[in-house]
Amino acid sequence: MTEVRIAGVGLTRFGRHPDRTGRDLFAEAALRAFEDAEVPRADVEGLNYGNFIGALAEGQGHQAPLMAEAAGLRCPATRYEEACASAGVAVREAVRTVRSGEADVVLAGGMERMTHVDTPTTTRGLATAADDLFEVRSGVTFPGAYALMARAYFDAFGGDRTDLAHIASKNHANAVDNEYAQYRREITVEEALDSPPVATPLHLFDACPITDGASAVVIVSEAYAEEHGLDAPVAVTGTGQGTDRMALGDRESLTETPAARDAATAAYEEAGIGPEDVDCAEVHDCFTIAEVLAIESLGFAAPGEGIRAAREGFTTADGDLPVNLSGGLKAKGHPVGATGAAQIAELVRLLRGDHPNSEHVDDATTAIAHNAGGTVASAVVHVLEVAE
Amino acid sequence: MSGSNAEGADEATRTGFDAWIDALDAGEGYYLESPCGHGSLPPRRVCPECGSTDLTERPLPETGTVETFTVVSVPTPTFAEDAPYVTAIASFGPIRLTGVLRGVEPDDDVIDLGLDVTVGVERRETDDERMVVFRPA
Repeated sequence: MTEVRIAGVGLTRFGRHPDRTGRDLFAEAALRAFEDAEVPRADVEGLNYGNFIGALAEGQGHQAPLMAEAAGLRCPATRYEEACASAGVAVREAVRTVRSGEADVVLAGGMERMTHVDTPTTTRGLATAADDLFEVRSGVTFPGAYALMARAYFDAFGGDRTDLAHIASKNHANAVDNEYAQYRREITVEEALDSPPVATPLHLFDACPITDGASAVVIVSEAYAEEHGLDAPVAVTGTGQGTDRMALGDRESLTETPAARDAATAAYEEAGIGPEDVDCAEVHDCFTIAEVLAIESLGFAAPGEGIRAAREGFTTADGDLPVNLSGGLKAKGHPVGATGAAQIAELVRLLRGDHPNSEHVDDATTAIAHNAGGTVASAVVHVLEVAE
Repeated sequence: MSGSNAEGADEATRTGFDAWIDALDAGEGYYLESPCGHGSLPPRRVCPECGSTDLTERPLPETGTVETFTVVSVPTPTFAEDAPYVTAIASFGPIRLTGVLRGVEPDDDVIDLGLDVTVGVERRETDDERMVVFRPA
């Protein structure tokens, strides 16, 4: 099997870009990735592009060829859509393509533009990640779905809003120095607790923001990296994907995300490692409770124990296992279709030592990315390791 | 106009669901059961648990139990006039339903998990569309 390296990464600043087109955002991220990789665009053999609600929010479908054009690529281009896991799947398929020997260079990434439409329209767009017939028609919003899980979790295991507020506070603190983050300011636990309710028990500061932004990662074969003398120290050593019943109510448990567990199991097995080997993680904290469920699925905490991880300092920047050193979706922002590749980009920077928060993980060699779609009916997990 | 995500979508794609809502509205709500005893909701040809295509309609239990709920204050446009409202997941024998809980104040402090509820069909305030509604039994 061909070994896979990440030659370069590129992000736009995450935040509000209502006056910029999606194609301009993606072009910025892509060109930055090529510059970082020192790979000529002419060598790219495929574009794997993630986007979720472009047809609704921008009136623009068929975005992959548009983005290939914007990034200066002439190669087969495909859009991947698994709600918030779209770019994670785009990365995974790029890894699989390079591994198979079918291509030496694939650009994977994504873009989402959401801030130019009003909150009800965005809420409706994001709700399309849920089951239209049996959830959305019964008033399920995206925050509402995670709220249903949060209350079930509290009931099953204990925990409270203060535990969740510590996750929000931690991720905001991590974003302060990240030049790409949407919210580069700290929030206190009290501020998070005092924010207005969105879908109880979740309040505004339990939720990631609405974000515009793009991400891109240049994925190459080890042979290509060696042949061209690339500085590409980070390898993708494991990838996994899981799928679950679409509607939350149809799952066996309302407090677990087995799709993420399945994805993690596969990724760990490929990499030949376990949770104990991981030095840092980027997980899909679209809501604070989602970080809890993520770290339990990844094996960092037993079911029912993840709720205390941030409050007890286990997952803080100086903890045993820093989680979301980028600021996470919560504070870095969540341009939905770009997020999965953005997580990879942040981990690459952390492992290479050129991330503003690299100092917290200066001996790190192994990292994991967890990207989830909907209420984790889809999940993608990647293991990254420093190969040289 | 469905008033759901699929505004403008072909209503013909919804007839299986509409038939189920009609039955629920008439007090004849049902679920599908596989020979192994798995429950699921229509429209469906294959049991998602065991893969059986031998699905039989069974009457919904008269009451269900609320397993979790949320009071939603930031709604989608189709629930704009309904907010704040309560969405709950309740178990009815081998299946769960997701519905709007009415007949209680939309307040975390007055709603208890484990509440017994009945299920029926009522209309949204926002656009008069039908939806699954729970009420305290």
